[in-house]
Amino acid sequence: MSKVRVLVGTRKGAFVLESDGKRQKWDISGPHFAGWEMYHVKGSPVDPNRLYASQCSGWFGQLIQRSNDGGKTWEPVDNKFVYDGVPGTHKWYDGTPHPWEFKRVWHLEPSLTDPDTVYAGVEDAAMFRTTDGGKSWHELQGMRGHGTGSGWQPGAGGLGLHTIILDPKDPKRIFIAISAAGAFRSEDAGATWKAINRGLRSEYIPDPDAEVGHCVHHMAMHSSRPGVLFMQKHWDVLRSDNAGDLWKEVNGNLPDDAGKRGFGFVIDVHAHEPETIYVVPIKSDSQHFPHEGKLRVYRSKTGGNEWEPLTKGLPQRDCYVNVLRDAMTVDSLDSCGVYFGTTGGQVYASADAGDSWMPIVRDLPAVLSVEVQTLS
Amino acid sequence: MSRVIRVVLPAHLRTLAQLGSGEIELAVEGQVTQRSILDALEARYPMLQGTIRDHVTQERRAFVRFFACEQDLSHESPDAPLPDAVASGAEPFLVVGAIAGGS
Repeated sequence: MSKVRVLVGTRKGAFVLESDGKRQKWDISGPHFAGWEMYHVKGSPVDPNRLYASQCSGWFGQLIQRSNDGGKTWEPVDNKFVYDGVPGTHKWYDGTPHPWEFKRVWHLEPSLTDPDTVYAGVEDAAMFRTTDGGKSWHELQGMRGHGTGSGWQPGAGGLGLHTIILDPKDPKRIFIAISAAGAFRSEDAGATWKAINRGLRSEYIPDPDAEVGHCVHHMAMHSSRPGVLFMQKHWDVLRSDNAGDLWKEVNGNLPDDAGKRGFGFVIDVHAHEPETIYVVPIKSDSQHFPHEGKLRVYRSKTGGNEWEPLTKGLPQRDCYVNVLRDAMTVDSLDSCGVYFGTTGGQVYASADAGDSWMPIVRDLPAVLSVEVQTLS
Repeated sequence: MSRVIRVVLPAHLRTLAQLGSGEIELAVEGQVTQRSILDALEARYPMLQGTIRDHVTQERRAFVRFFACEQDLSHESPDAPLPDAVASGAEPFLVVGAIAGGS
């Protein structure tokens, strides 16, 4: 009998939710690390009981926790994230050079082949890797050392490297995204990087077509087609059919927002249908809540442009939550499950690919991240 | 010369170090200073490294405070001798999470 395990990171702790393959009844454990910000919790694809968690606080800094038993027990591992060499500077809010300063780990991406190897995306934007299960972390310096790095400027949310996608067919190819810098691709396992932002257009930067400076919110890929990427940008949903070399906007009939479309944070792909994608449109870059107070997931079965709102089981009035960039995921059961968490503390799940939804927990602290493991 | 001093940690760090609710008694070599206390503390509880002071610069984290004998010693030199009452174990050295008024 299949099971699913949902890993939820919140502003005040982590929670582990488990259910059988029907996904109707849920057991909830937590809060783990009560009172700490849990930016991301994710399991190893090759050893599902091996979990990694990013734990941080404004007082006591960054910790990394590891579990070897599916989240029942945890142990702190190394938390020393030190930039390689002389850190150098990026651009500060006032345009002056500002030294790179480690603040937190936004995202942990376990290797597809080795449970002891994990990539960490951090703020200020850089990429680290452990190959010993978290006992030590080392920077992949080529990312921060990209030729454009000195010109990266944080947005209001910080200069965070928040998205890491590993190519299942080419272990040397990695895609990442950085808030207010853009998307990048490595073809040599992280040694060197190329900016892949052609086709992005951002009116909020001086040169809307610039090589870097775009506020990419999230990216997603289907494992069967690693050359096809989907992106949720600050405004606009986009796709690339050539591994990021060129993007095209696929907002289509997403809700109109004073003449613009496509603001949001999350994007994900159906587990078995590579052209079926999900977003949660959010009203404008200043309001950050659903349009008309209606929480709607939009699904496209055509890889963008043609979207349908999914509303069954979701609040359709007086709903003013947000859904943050790492807070949507899909399971790989035959009937694909889709999950997302809100800043209001609800985690919604659909066991039928989005046709209907139910809250599987509804009064957590603000949800920062949601991941799911499909267990046999 | 080794002295046994007393340290009080905030709740989050006691949990991290798997300590109970009480004080820690800590043997400190040489002069009792902020640095020598934190060196001894981190040696016994390595999981606390980086949570009170920066890994590299060894500077106190911005929202951590050091109190003792009803004084805020946070801005004293890390190598300044602490009050005799701390060095003798009569008074504890308090590591405190600053009041932030946040969420």
